Amino acid sequence: MSGALRDRGAGVRVVVVGYGMAGARLAERIRGKGGNVELTVLGAEPHAAYNRILLSSVVGGGLTPEMVRLHDEDWARRHDVDLRIATTVSAIDRAARHVMLADGSTVDYDVLVLATGSRPWVPPTEGLLVDGVLAPGAATFRTLDDCERIVAAAAPGTPIAVLGGGLLGIEAARGLAGRGNPVTVVHPVGHLMERQLDRGAGQVLAARLATLGVEVRLGVKAARYVPGDGLKLDDGSHVPAGFVVVSTGVIPETTLARDAGLTVERGIVVDDSLRTDDAAIHAIGDCAQHPGTVSGLVQPAWEQAEVLADLLTGTSTTTRYRGTANVTRLKARDVDLAAFGDVHAEVDNTDAEVLCLSDPTRGRYAKLVLRDDRVTGAIVLGVPDAAATITQLYDRGIPAPSDRIALLLGRTLPPGVSVAHSPVDLPAATTVCRCNTVSKSQLVKAWRGGARGVSGLATATRATTGCGGCHDTVSAIADWLASAEETPA
Amino acid sequence: MTIATPRTGTTDTHCPYCALQCGMRIAGKTVEPRDFPTNRGGLCQKGWTSAALLDSPGRLTEPLVRVNGRLRPTTWDHALDLVADRLVELQAAHGRDAVAVFGGGGLTNEKAYQLGKFARVALGTSRIDYNGRFCMSSAAAAGMKAFGMDRGMPFPVEDLRRADAVLLVGGNPAETMPPFVQHLRDAELVVVDPRRSATAEKAALHLQPAPGTDLALALGILHAVVADGHLRHDYLAARTTGFDDVWRIAAAWWPERAERVTGVAAGDQRAAAALLARAANAFVLTARGTEQHARGTDMVSAWINLALALGLPGRQGSGFGCLTGQGNGQGGREHGQKADQLPGYRRLDDPAARAHVAAVWGVDPESLPAPGVSAYELLDEGPRGLLVFGSNIAVSAPHANRTTRSLSEVDLLVVADVVLSETAAMADVVLPVTQWAEEDGTLTNLEGRVLLRRRAVRPPENVWTDLEVLHGLAVRLGQPPARFPVEAEAVFDELRRASAGGLADYSGVTYDRLRDGEALHWPVPAVDHPGTPRAFLDRFAHADGLARFVPVDHSGPAEPPDDEFPLQATTGRVLQHYQSGAQTRLVPELAAAVPEVHVEVHPDAAARAGLADGDLAAVVSRRGTVRARVRCVATIRVDLVFLPFHFPGSGSANLLTNPELDPTSRMPEFKVCAVRLEVA
Repeated sequence: MSGALRDRGAGVRVVVVGYGMAGARLAERIRGKGGNVELTVLGAEPHAAYNRILLSSVVGGGLTPEMVRLHDEDWARRHDVDLRIATTVSAIDRAARHVMLADGSTVDYDVLVLATGSRPWVPPTEGLLVDGVLAPGAATFRTLDDCERIVAAAAPGTPIAVLGGGLLGIEAARGLAGRGNPVTVVHPVGHLMERQLDRGAGQVLAARLATLGVEVRLGVKAARYVPGDGLKLDDGSHVPAGFVVVSTGVIPETTLARDAGLTVERGIVVDDSLRTDDAAIHAIGDCAQHPGTVSGLVQPAWEQAEVLADLLTGTSTTTRYRGTANVTRLKARDVDLAAFGDVHAEVDNTDAEVLCLSDPTRGRYAKLVLRDDRVTGAIVLGVPDAAATITQLYDRGIPAPSDRIALLLGRTLPPGVSVAHSPVDLPAATTVCRCNTVSKSQLVKAWRGGARGVSGLATATRATTGCGGCHDTVSAIADWLASAEETPA
Repeated sequence: MTIATPRTGTTDTHCPYCALQCGMRIAGKTVEPRDFPTNRGGLCQKGWTSAALLDSPGRLTEPLVRVNGRLRPTTWDHALDLVADRLVELQAAHGRDAVAVFGGGGLTNEKAYQLGKFARVALGTSRIDYNGRFCMSSAAAAGMKAFGMDRGMPFPVEDLRRADAVLLVGGNPAETMPPFVQHLRDAELVVVDPRRSATAEKAALHLQPAPGTDLALALGILHAVVADGHLRHDYLAARTTGFDDVWRIAAAWWPERAERVTGVAAGDQRAAAALLARAANAFVLTARGTEQHARGTDMVSAWINLALALGLPGRQGSGFGCLTGQGNGQGGREHGQKADQLPGYRRLDDPAARAHVAAVWGVDPESLPAPGVSAYELLDEGPRGLLVFGSNIAVSAPHANRTTRSLSEVDLLVVADVVLSETAAMADVVLPVTQWAEEDGTLTNLEGRVLLRRRAVRPPENVWTDLEVLHGLAVRLGQPPARFPVEAEAVFDELRRASAGGLADYSGVTYDRLRDGEALHWPVPAVDHPGTPRAFLDRFAHADGLARFVPVDHSGPAEPPDDEFPLQATTGRVLQHYQSGAQTRLVPELAAAVPEVHVEVHPDAAARAGLADGDLAAVVSRRGTVRARVRCVATIRVDLVFLPFHFPGSGSANLLTNPELDPTSRMPEFKVCAVRLEVA
């Protein structure tokens, strides 16, 4: 039965395939905005949606698996959502406008949303995959079940190898090191997080991780995995490991779309309405490919869910998704790293202003790329408050302050702070007692008028009679004036 | 220090300005500080100079009536006859609600009570609200939701002195209530403020969020509390309900995400969480910076959620509180000058409350009007008659151009005040009334303690008390004279009965107990009850005794910056001035210290606009333009400007502000709007 033949007044039937970060958020926002929508959500995993971003906190031990659930068990009922978990969709019949489930049944739709996410890519390391399944003692780092396997294996002291020095691999490595596991990260490229960092930053990051108990092996591939023993690398060396975490990237999950004949490149191609080349089918999140977006991050998925919820509920028909500015922000205790934009510009670049500061001993690295006074790229490692400020300049398109060095240094050099070592050095016009607007020169004048000691100055000027916070300063000024009087000119 | 015996000819009293109500002693026309728990012998410059207004040349000393466009002196009889006649005419022609009453948070409990009674009984109008709507309404609404009761600080201010850590959100007491800062000296202080204010300078940790993003910050810190193992599970189970729903929202605000929205480093959020969690005693305090938003109630709820997660409220030596602003901001919101409220913090839509209060007033409960509309809406709907007591709306309400137009379109504007405020200057009739040292009355300070201020000096001859004014008008409107007494103590005794059994129960407070120096924090349900310095120690005020976590999420300012208005403006106070400045601008010493409005700007933002320190700038929003002197401040965010709101005319910061209202508290979004900067 097509949408046009349905009874007037019945809601548009929206079927969401995928109950992960994107699918769950879309369902929430559709319900949050109202409108007449019959909503079905089909999830492959056997439990309620959870917050994938927080899995590194689960591995690190800060959060329990229960605490990263996005919804409680009653959520679907309360929000009138036909939620079916542990349900696999096997095909889309675009002509009939229904999806087929693994058990052979079908679900009709007026609008179909693919939020199928992505799946881990596993490198062709010998022994890692056995008949298409990960060998014992190895896990990808993608699902809550993966996390539970990793945590179960990570008894304190067990050496662990992490394959892949990207964002997630490093977060996992840091979390496991924090649990007391010796960790080795094996990364085939010459520096860590090469997509987001330049070489200098990658080196400082590796040095910083080393101080936290994470060894980093760069420019080598894992050649062979032997359960219980570890990894043999292609340079002949050996990494002992009781467990291996595979974090070598993801592939958008596009099988359904491809089989249904939708245009798929790296991901399912969508326009600014998040629509595929079938007007009745949308795609959001990791599985979707939009020109303004790098997939694999939650922020675009959530922004896409917001736009699509507007469109599907009729809240707005003109809302469009224009892409998301991508900021990489590592979530790892004691490693503060933000990177975004044009990070590979070199300092001798002529069409951009590039500043770079490296302090490897203290784990700090800061690079700033500007064009027309606007920040267009940055790497900020180990200068947390600068990272926060620079990211805001980038996100909000605010012209950067002219004191670029102060910007890079963050709180290391608070702007506008002049340090006076003694009240004697204060300029005469400085307000000493804020509560009563008393300047240093007024105190000096009161002294010359005969006021002595803190109490004398207080009576004459009311300094110290508010919050009393300036008492020490007034006292020092009184001492200074007294000693100046004793010293013959 | 012990309290010294007053010298002969002196009267112990309290400062006329803010809710700290510093103890002072007045002798003739001079004041000096005295030791009192809130100020411990300190006074700021406003307090020291407060007596200057007693004989200021700017003082109103006779009733004024507008004749041919000009205010001219007249007699009280003529002024009150005129007002009463016009009120009757307007109500006859346009209905009861055509006449509105606007009160103030500086009015004594007695005046606030009597004003509410006057509106509902003598005028029979539902249209009454007050400037506290612009002040404490978000804090009050959130407090009611979470705790079932709104007492700004449900603990004595001295408890702060023994705290190990204090998180102060959106408050600048180093300028707004300076002697209060003494209580924060020994605690590790975390200050949340987009500006590096005088208070932020004193902090161990200053979190500087983008304006209007406090809620995301609170969620980020709450996330850190949970993820870093600081959650007080035992307290949650025993004393609260609703955490799970709040966590599902906070779970999505891991500190790195909150950082991107707020600009506060994730590490600083975690540091704040840890600092509060490891303190044996800690407090979370909010003030106007986080409350005066179109989502202000939610913002306060978010900070309360954080305090609850840390197990602070209702625990001896720890807690959550809101810093009340105006002198009687607390008492002023309890006794019936609020649109939806009856005395004792009773609800006007509660039949039992209506019956109780109507019985005290000797009227039929059916005769009491329904709840009215909030302050800005009341002005915006265009009343035909408006009576203003203790408020300078023309300067203090948002969207000043709109507000002044509303005021100018009122057929009859009556203003009772001490000085010719900007609002009084627009009035048809101006009634000169007594000020703090010239009358008796009680106030309830920021810690819920009821204070007696006694008459110390004789008022100018032709000046009446507000109670006398209300009596005079009520009688002319046909009320029995005895229903509107003029003695403050008589009014208070009636207030005691009206509040008995309510949330804010004053029935056990008497003038005698206050004269004896008893420290009485409400509720005081009986004359032999010692008062309640610390509320919630055993239970919260909801029926089940539990505090409520309230699920709230971030949504950002109502008016985000754009290409046309790329900066954000926020407003606040300077030390030397109070509220609209109507009083303090008349004190020569204060006016000399801060004579005009300034705008704090980052030097780069100023330079980009072609402005230097000391230049005159035009700050432009969608609603108006302020001309202000540029003050370059390197510590302010590049995209933020700050203006104090004490000044009138083209210097009024409220020309800029956004009247978008909070859905619950009806608080306007004073604290953030989009602006641009130009050469004036």
